[in-house]
Parts: sequence; C-alpha cells; structure tokens
Amino acid sequence: MSETPAMDILCLGLSHRTAHVDVRERFAIPEAELARALATLTSLPGIAEAVIVSTCNRVEFYAAGPDATTAMCSLQQFAAERSGVAPSIPDPFFAHDGTASIAHLFRVVSGLESMIIGETEILGQVKKAYAAAAAAGSTSRNLNKFFQRAFNVAKEVRTQTSITRGPVSVGSVTVDLAEKIFGRLASCHVMILGAGETAELTARALLSRGVKSIFVANRTYERAAALAAEMGGEAIHFEESERRYREIDILVSSTAAPHPIVTHDKIAPVMRERPERPLFVIDLAVPRNVEPSVNDIEGAYLYDIDSLQSIANQGMEVRRQEVTHCEQLISRHVNEFHQWLGAARPQKSGSEPA
Amino acid sequence: MDRLPLILSTLCFLLGFAATLAALKSGHYHPRRFNLGMMATGLLLQTVFLVGRGQAIGHCPLTNLFEALVFLSWSIALLYILIGPAYRLSLLGMFTEPLLFLIQTVALLAPIDALHPVFPPHSPWLEFHAAVSMMAYGAFAMAGVAGVMYLAQERQLKTRRLGTIFFQMPPITALATANMRLLWSGLLLLSVGQASAAAIRVKVAPGVLIWGGAMWFSYLLLLLARRLGPRRVAIFSVVAFVLSVAALCLLNHFSKGTM
Repeated sequence: MSETPAMDILCLGLSHRTAHVDVRERFAIPEAELARALATLTSLPGIAEAVIVSTCNRVEFYAAGPDATTAMCSLQQFAAERSGVAPSIPDPFFAHDGTASIAHLFRVVSGLESMIIGETEILGQVKKAYAAAAAAGSTSRNLNKFFQRAFNVAKEVRTQTSITRGPVSVGSVTVDLAEKIFGRLASCHVMILGAGETAELTARALLSRGVKSIFVANRTYERAAALAAEMGGEAIHFEESERRYREIDILVSSTAAPHPIVTHDKIAPVMRERPERPLFVIDLAVPRNVEPSVNDIEGAYLYDIDSLQSIANQGMEVRRQEVTHCEQLISRHVNEFHQWLGAARPQKSGSEPA
Repeated sequence: MDRLPLILSTLCFLLGFAATLAALKSGHYHPRRFNLGMMATGLLLQTVFLVGRGQAIGHCPLTNLFEALVFLSWSIALLYILIGPAYRLSLLGMFTEPLLFLIQTVALLAPIDALHPVFPPHSPWLEFHAAVSMMAYGAFAMAGVAGVMYLAQERQLKTRRLGTIFFQMPPITALATANMRLLWSGLLLLSVGQASAAAIRVKVAPGVLIWGGAMWFSYLLLLLARRLGPRRVAIFSVVAFVLSVAALCLLNHFSKGTM
C-alpha cells in the first residue's frame, strides 16, 4: 500500500498591496494560458499540485509539494521565466508557507486582502481559478481539500460577520438607497441632468439593477444623445427636463451650473400630484444643483455628494471593525486545517500509530 | 396553571424581541429565522391557552377584557405568520413582538380576568361577530406596526442618519403597500363583524354603536382619500390602533356580560 507523501502548502504572489499595476500586468496569466502554465508548474521540481489565481489585483501561485524550499525555488523560477525579471523577495512578491500560506488564502477568499475590504467578487475569481486547475489535473488531495476549506471559510465569514454588509462606495450607496426606497428598481424611471462622468457612473450602477428607463438631459443635446445611446436611454432637451419630472422616480443631477437648478418650487407641485410615489434626488454636483429644502417635501429624499460619501465611509468603518472578528474566525480554521495537513503526513520511521 | 401556556407564549415574544435586538446590536442579524420560530411557538401556546379557556367556559373566549386582549394578541400573531413572510417584511416581527409582549403582560397582570357570573346565551353568530371584530383589530394593530416601521424608515431616510437597523428594514414603498393592505383587510373584517352584529341585532349601548361606526367610517375615509400620502396614512394607522384598543376597553365596559 503506497503512503501519502508529506506535503507542504506554499504561496508566492503579488497583489495591489505590494506591486503597482505595471508590475502586476507583467506577471498576469491570461485564462487561455492557464492550463499550459499549470502543466509547466507541476512539472517543476518539488511541485506536486498547483493552482494559479490571476486577477487584475493579484497574481498568486499556490503549490503543494514534499519540500517547501525546493517548491519555492521552482515557483520563483517559474515567475522569473514568465516575466523575464527575477522576482525579488520580499518586494514586490510575498512568499508564505505553513500556516501563513493557509491563512493567506483564507483571508483572500474572505475579502480581507481586497482593495475594498469584504468585496465578494474575489471568491468567484478564486473558485474559477481552482476549477481551471482541477480541470487541468494540477490539483490533488491537498489542494482540493485546501481550496474547498477556503470556500467554506469564506461562506462562514460572510454569514457570521458584517464584513460584506453595507455599501462602501458612492455608487453602491446610491443603489442601496434607491432599493430601500423603491424595493426592486425594475419599474423605476431615471433622469440624469448633466452628461458628466459622475452622473454616468451612477446611472450605470442603477442600470445594472434593472431600472426601467433613463432620460438624459444636458445643455449640449448632442452629448446627451451620445450618452443616452450608450446606455439605451432617451435624450431630452435640457429645457424639457422640468416637464418630465412627474414621470421619474430617481433624479441624478451633476451639471456644472453655478446655482441650484432643481428647486423646491419645481418639485413641490410634482410631489403634490403623486403623493404615493416617492422621488429620490441625487445631487452629485459641486456647487450643488438641488436646493436643500427639496428634502423637506413629503416623499422627496435628497442626498448630496457629502451625505453619500459619509454613508460610504460609515460602511467602510463598519467593515474595518469587523476585520478582527473575521481574523479570529479564520485563525480557528487555519489551525484546524494545519492539524489536518499534519495528520495527513506519514508517521516518522520508528514511530508507532497510537 | 391554566395560564401557563399564555405565560410561556409571552416569554417567547420577549425572547424573540430580545434576540433580535442583540443580533442587531452585534450587526449579525439574520431576518426571520429566530423571530419566526418564536412567533410560531408563541402562537401555538396562545392557541393552546385559548382552546383550553374556551372549553372551560363553554364559549368563544371573549367574555371579558382579559380574554379579548389575549384573542387580539392571537390575531396579531396569526396575521404576522400569514402576512410577514409573504411580504418579506423582515423585522416586522421585531416590531410586532414587543407589542404582543405588552398586550399579554397587561392582560396577565391587570385585574381584568373577572368571570361573568351569568354568561350570555350561546350563539355561534354572536361569537362569530366578536371573533371577526377582534381579527379586524389584529389587522389594524399590524397596520399600526407597519406604520411605525414606515415612520422609522422615513425618518432615517430624511435625516440621512442610517442606523444599524436601516439596511435590514423593508423598502419604504413596501411598508406603505403593506400598511394599506392591512388597513383594507381590517376594514373588511370590521365590516363583516358590524354586518353580522346588525344581522343578529346585538344590543349595545348607543355610545358603543357611535364609536364603532365612527371608527369604521374613519378607516373607510382614510382608505379612499388617496391624496393623503403614505406618511399621513402611517401616522393614522398608529393613532387609530391606539384608539381601537381604547374602543375595545370601552366596548368591554359598556357591554359586560354580552360580549
């Protein structure tokens, strides 16, 4: 009966924390090249199993092998050959083995190593990377168990802590607020005043949640028409926008006007006509485009850029406070997995099983 | 000992409320699970109590204010189980449970469980009238709860101070819709109750008749006045429920022995 060889798990990588994008892009591995890269990796001395995680924010090589030193040398050699530059440790590369490598993956999939703490996109990316490695036959017992455990840890962190809760960017705050007012946005009509980048980003965030229609109004009609065409909306003349207020549920204003263009006197009659239908007004402009007293009108909810940013900051602060809680949870799983890995090693010669 | 199920159900509601508060404070609130469990257990215990009481007195347990309050509480819990999850109104339970705890604590502690020496003659229609009317109060109570939630959510949105509870609350438009539907349900049940009372010619004091009629008419006017806006409807729901409970006490006072 063959014995399971002793395996160490190690990780070599770089991320947005250690390397600038022009360094990261040199090491990035396109999806089409993954299978070949994995085959190369597992053919190197000391590497029995391998997974490559390559996203815009990180490139990480996970390996399992009987000797950590040999495996790490192979990983470094592989990285050097791909980029044409010998990776210098510790900067911009980080290298982990033992419990540090286990903790690192658990932190990555939980979003603790992400640019926006707690974001969940990375979990999907790592799952995809693992699936590609499994399909290429570059994983076996150790990395299979390691990654499956990591996905469980991520799920536990997400459900048992508040690390993913609350919006942390102006765009996500806007969308979350809209959903707290209207529920599903499928029946909402949106108007954008001003065709600038900020308004466009907000509109796109709302579009991603399925708003029904978008009107774009701009001083320069051609610019409004171009943006409307890009987003599948309808361009309207700026002068016409006031007449269309009664049709909309969400108003995003981001013009360069030096004074308020959306006033209490313009919104109050609209709201009197539709008391059961709220109006969410988002003023992204500086100087502000919307009179603050619009918020006093029943059914109208006005948020300017400062209030949106303040809510995003609160969300980020909540996530930061949750990091300690997440670390405690992860630490428990790291110890458990390390024990499992230790138990999987063969007994030293001369020692008797208990 | 016959009150034991009622005491236990009161504790269930308290536990559900306390657990939700603690979960919200820690930021790890999972809507519905524990609340729904506590509410369902509380409802079961209430039902056990009411069935036992009904068998003991040989009537629908609506012969005094104590029983009326317990029946009202049972109606609210039942409506929550039927409506809360259906509308995905997470946290409705958190707002409902303290109300149930309060009603049942008052019922248990206040000296209002006076058995009437002479029960009214057994009449299924009279009991139907009383039970349906009490269900109407239950619907109005739930509308009041939805109204409180609406006002809390609206205040957070207006002041831009979004507390821990904000992102767990249902959308404000969903609360407004639920509020209207509960008010319509209450009005419908109240109408059935009033109609059945008229059909069997229940004798009540003129004051009670006027009060009941005024309540019915006010709810009808509110529901037909579309221009009031959800905020005023929410305020009315809360005020009207408080008045409904006052009406219930008055009804009990003026119709001792005939309830």
